[in-house]
Amino acid sequence: MSDIVEKTLTALPGLFLQHQAAGGSGVPRVSVSSRLGSLIRSITALTSKHEEEKLIQQELANLKATVSAPGTTLDLQSTNLVEVCMALTIVSQIFPREMIPAVLPLIEEKLQHSKEIIRRKAVQALYKFHLIAPNQVQHIHVKFRKALCDRDVGVMAASLHIYLRMIKENPSAYKDLTGSFVTILKQVVGGKLPVDFNYHSVPAPWLQIQLLRILGLLGKDDPRTSELTYDVLDESLRRAELSHNITYAILFECVHTIYTIYPKPELLEKAARCIGKFVLSPKINLKYLGLKALTYVIQQDPNLALQHQMTIIECLDHPDPIIKRETLELLYRITNAQNVSVIVQKMLEYLQQSKEEYIIISLVGKIAELAEKYAPDNEWFIQTMNAVFSVGGDVMHPDIPNNFLRLLAEGFDDENEDKQLRLYAVQSYLSLLEIENAFYPQRFLQVMSWVLGEYSYLLDKGTPEMVLTKLYRLLMNKSTTSETKTWIMAAVTKLTPQALSSKTVEKIIQEFSVSLDTCMRQHAFELKHLQENVELMKNLFLVDKSCEDLVVDASLSFLDGFVAEGLDQGAAPYKPHHQRQEEKLSQGKVLNFEPYGLSFSSNMSSSGYTGRQSPAGISLSSDVSGNSAETGQKETNSLKLEGVKKLWGKEGYLPKKENKAKNNPELQPVPQDSTLMENVDQMMIKKEQSQALHHSEEEAEKQRLASTLFVGLGSESAVSLLGKTDTVSHKFRRKSKVNDTKNRKVTSAHNINCSSFSPLSNAPYEDNNHLNNFQDKGDTGLKKCSLGSEFLESSLKSDSLTELDLVENLSVCNLSPSSLFEDNSMEIFHPPQPTLSSSATEISLTSSLLEELNEHVHSDLVELCNNEMITVSSCKIWKDDSLLLVWMVANKSNLELKSMNLEITSTENFKILEHPGFSFPVIEAESTTSIQHCVQMEKPFTEEGLSGYVKYQMEEDPCIQLEFSLTISLLDFIRPMKICTEDFGKLWLSSGNDVKQNVKMPDSQANLPFALKTLQQKLRLHIVDIIGNEGILACQLLPSIPCLLHLRAYAGIVALWFRSSCSTLPDYLLYQCQKVLEES
Amino acid sequence: MIKAILIFNNHGKPRLSKFYQPYVSISPRFNPCSLLLIGGSDNKLIYRHYATLYFVFCVDSSESELGILDLIQVFVETLDKCFENVCELDLIFHVDKVHNILAEMVMGGMVLETNMNEIVTQIDAQNKLEKSEAGLAGAPARAVSAVKNMNLPEIPRNINIGDISIKVPNLPSFK
Repeated sequence: MSDIVEKTLTALPGLFLQHQAAGGSGVPRVSVSSRLGSLIRSITALTSKHEEEKLIQQELANLKATVSAPGTTLDLQSTNLVEVCMALTIVSQIFPREMIPAVLPLIEEKLQHSKEIIRRKAVQALYKFHLIAPNQVQHIHVKFRKALCDRDVGVMAASLHIYLRMIKENPSAYKDLTGSFVTILKQVVGGKLPVDFNYHSVPAPWLQIQLLRILGLLGKDDPRTSELTYDVLDESLRRAELSHNITYAILFECVHTIYTIYPKPELLEKAARCIGKFVLSPKINLKYLGLKALTYVIQQDPNLALQHQMTIIECLDHPDPIIKRETLELLYRITNAQNVSVIVQKMLEYLQQSKEEYIIISLVGKIAELAEKYAPDNEWFIQTMNAVFSVGGDVMHPDIPNNFLRLLAEGFDDENEDKQLRLYAVQSYLSLLEIENAFYPQRFLQVMSWVLGEYSYLLDKGTPEMVLTKLYRLLMNKSTTSETKTWIMAAVTKLTPQALSSKTVEKIIQEFSVSLDTCMRQHAFELKHLQENVELMKNLFLVDKSCEDLVVDASLSFLDGFVAEGLDQGAAPYKPHHQRQEEKLSQGKVLNFEPYGLSFSSNMSSSGYTGRQSPAGISLSSDVSGNSAETGQKETNSLKLEGVKKLWGKEGYLPKKENKAKNNPELQPVPQDSTLMENVDQMMIKKEQSQALHHSEEEAEKQRLASTLFVGLGSESAVSLLGKTDTVSHKFRRKSKVNDTKNRKVTSAHNINCSSFSPLSNAPYEDNNHLNNFQDKGDTGLKKCSLGSEFLESSLKSDSLTELDLVENLSVCNLSPSSLFEDNSMEIFHPPQPTLSSSATEISLTSSLLEELNEHVHSDLVELCNNEMITVSSCKIWKDDSLLLVWMVANKSNLELKSMNLEITSTENFKILEHPGFSFPVIEAESTTSIQHCVQMEKPFTEEGLSGYVKYQMEEDPCIQLEFSLTISLLDFIRPMKICTEDFGKLWLSSGNDVKQNVKMPDSQANLPFALKTLQQKLRLHIVDIIGNEGILACQLLPSIPCLLHLRAYAGIVALWFRSSCSTLPDYLLYQCQKVLEES
Repeated sequence: MIKAILIFNNHGKPRLSKFYQPYVSISPRFNPCSLLLIGGSDNKLIYRHYATLYFVFCVDSSESELGILDLIQVFVETLDKCFENVCELDLIFHVDKVHNILAEMVMGGMVLETNMNEIVTQIDAQNKLEKSEAGLAGAPARAVSAVKNMNLPEIPRNINIGDISIKVPNLPSFK
């Protein structure tokens, strides 16, 4: 038979070909069937899948065009019934949403058509529209009601589809229709319909089913509506004589409705009898439905399960997996503390045979839930979970192992029992790991390693060394994934303090410090460093503290020293990501009208001094440096930092107060293998045994099973036994206070400890921003090198680059654990303050102060003068349109300074826009004040000193004057000028003052790109264009004197040609260029 | 709602597939029970086996399982009536007719008609129309396009411009 079919199919294309030949060429439009023919022909002619897809897509597009073409609309208007029918069918099948408005009126019109078949199809089409675009058909809901009252039953039946749907969405809106539905159902059941509607002498069965469903939806939790339906339901039950399959369908629907609506005892009783008919039926489909009915009935009436217990037991061994699954679902719902072990065992048996992933996932979830809820004892619980983990493996929901670990970690109300449970878990895992060549899913291994790491101290016999050996073996196993290895490594780290100078740990460190896996290598190094500092390690890995909240210094203040060092070398202070983003956006702006002064100074005064006397006089908390970037943006933040505590100390970790009582209770030896686990193991190896177990069971056995399965169902109050009610108390109750992150703490602890060994690597990376931060630092570092000619010398660039590399490395290693830090539950704790050198503090001060000015490049804070009372420092900010000088006067003493006065001597070359003198009435003890001046150049110069003095008065002492001076270079006023080549040309011709000079460069670097780059970076000249070995650059001297540079490189010589409208500027600029080029 | 209707033969070769919703592929193994559950979702496969063919309906929870089983029965009986002793080859060579029958039974995923006689009447009317078109144009393939052309009012409408006396309505009288 099949052969013939295949042969015919292969002949098909040929057949179509013939058709085509017969069809001739006179056909103006390709006919439908010949189009199909040609499609088939072209598909068979194609060679690749890709071409085929293309062809089909094209065909689809054609089809769509055909449908949306006016053809369908025209057919709708046709007077031919069949055509209208066809058009309506097409409309409900593949009609594009956009076309609905076009045909909607036509279809609405069809609702009034004289032929019932048209009306019926129109209703269906409208329903389809309702599904695709409910908003467009909202106005015709009235018409649906009309359809419901149509004189033709077919049309009414069609409208029921719509109502079923709409009532499902919003039952309360259609309560008024209950009466109508009941009347219709009554008529149908009473046989008032034409005989046409009978199917196997049952009146309109599908209509009945539909109506019963609707009534169920309407009557749910509504006694008044349900009242209306009782009679007709009773009637339906009575009338349904079990003559045919379809009556079962109606009966089932009846039962379903009766149990859905507000209950009426008599009806329930009848329905229960009906369920019996289903369950006891030899027909497998009916049995399935019977079980299905039981699953939802059982919640209301658990006794019903008792009546059918023997059938249920039989169904458990049914060869059909669907029946089995439904039975297990039923059992799952009747589980209570007494029958849990039997039911779970049945589920596990089914699990062994099942291959489908979905079944495994759902069943494993159920088992875990039941085990957690009803576990009779620790042993059983652990063994069941072991089975769950080994079977569910890596497909199960990640919540299961997480919940399990949390449960172990948080424990219950009874301390002693907790210990027992944990101990048992440890012992069972150890024995599982004992087995040679056993394979466990990765998730299971992770659970094991966590538990072993955390709780193997509970073992009275056996040393940590033994556990470590086992973990080591796991680590070396090739099938262990790198994620699991990280878990194991964490466990090893936790065990290390208990097994000092362990050979295995040494071996692991050795093995993995050369590992190619960066993460593992990182962990190995951490472990190595920790081992060198036993005291710290012991503090860090406290025994049985997995539930204690680890406190993390989110402000990263322990990095202060490092940051200070960086800043000292000219690095820019950290800017948070969003700020950098803003800067990028605002770079286009030329002028910045934001009032720097206000926020700046308020920030200054607030720079949190936390009542700690520092020998250096000034010290700023890390919080300030950390937050200032953000706070600086706000206008008023003077109070912001006052409440902030100092949180972090050198140790990085404060030992917690409690030293848990070491009085371990007598630990009873737990049998290493219980029946359940044995079962699982065996099943894993050979399945037959479990099956044999089944088949060999005698009738009596089944009875026994029944009694165990259904124990506690009938006798006690039903509600409390039913698992699904919320009142059931979990056997393992969770402590409410503890949050989700607990069982992941391990790794975070792991991370924190880094803080102790190297200033660099101890940064617990909160996110990837820090990386950017360093990159940024590098970038601004570069800018700085180029600008601040005086500050250039610092080797910051290279420094920050290597830092960057290092950091990059580390952060890569830390990527996986780093996510742990985002858990917000960690408290911040605070160790003693870090002592910082005064220079370092100052830099952090700068960083904090200058954050707000960060959108401009600026120099470092340079100390101009100081005495034992005050320090005056200054910093240049190279704004796009001016040079801004910021002066900072820090009062180091603990006394108030009065009538402070800062005066700048004016020179002919400078113009200082703010009035040169400035007086602060009072500078409070240990605070810093700042002012800023906008400086403009009057006449070009190379370098010029700017001098001034500070005067202050302390208490009643006479005035003290402190002088300072600051060098200002021409470059401070040079800004890139962004012009195009054309403008350059025009400007070049119009500028008169020429200066030419050849500069020799070291051979290796005498190329154009290098020279250009140097000039761009160090002098901030704008590269306008590069043509061959010539380049043109442009810059401007503030406020707006352009200077143009033409540059040609050949044979180790760079020819510079300056032109500018200002006569002196080219000379000065040439000097600078020569300097940087020769230096490079 | 009915999501899809599929017909396979005993070798798993698809003979008809009709989807009322975009759908992912499924590869069921048939069990004694006429019901399969597809992983995770609300969807069920309900099937019946006749001779060499499996009739599979994929439905969601709003359909009654037994109701669908009988619907399959109605479908098969209707096919049997229309093709007079239906067999697998009928489904291959008259796939259009099978689709037409299905369209009369299920419309847009909703059961439209369950009365066999009613369906047969509709199909007969369609056949009649097709035959009358066939008489007009000679070849069935050309008939469809010819009738389509006749119904396309573009040609007469073009003539109509300026001359209202020529009317379209006399065209349908051909049928």
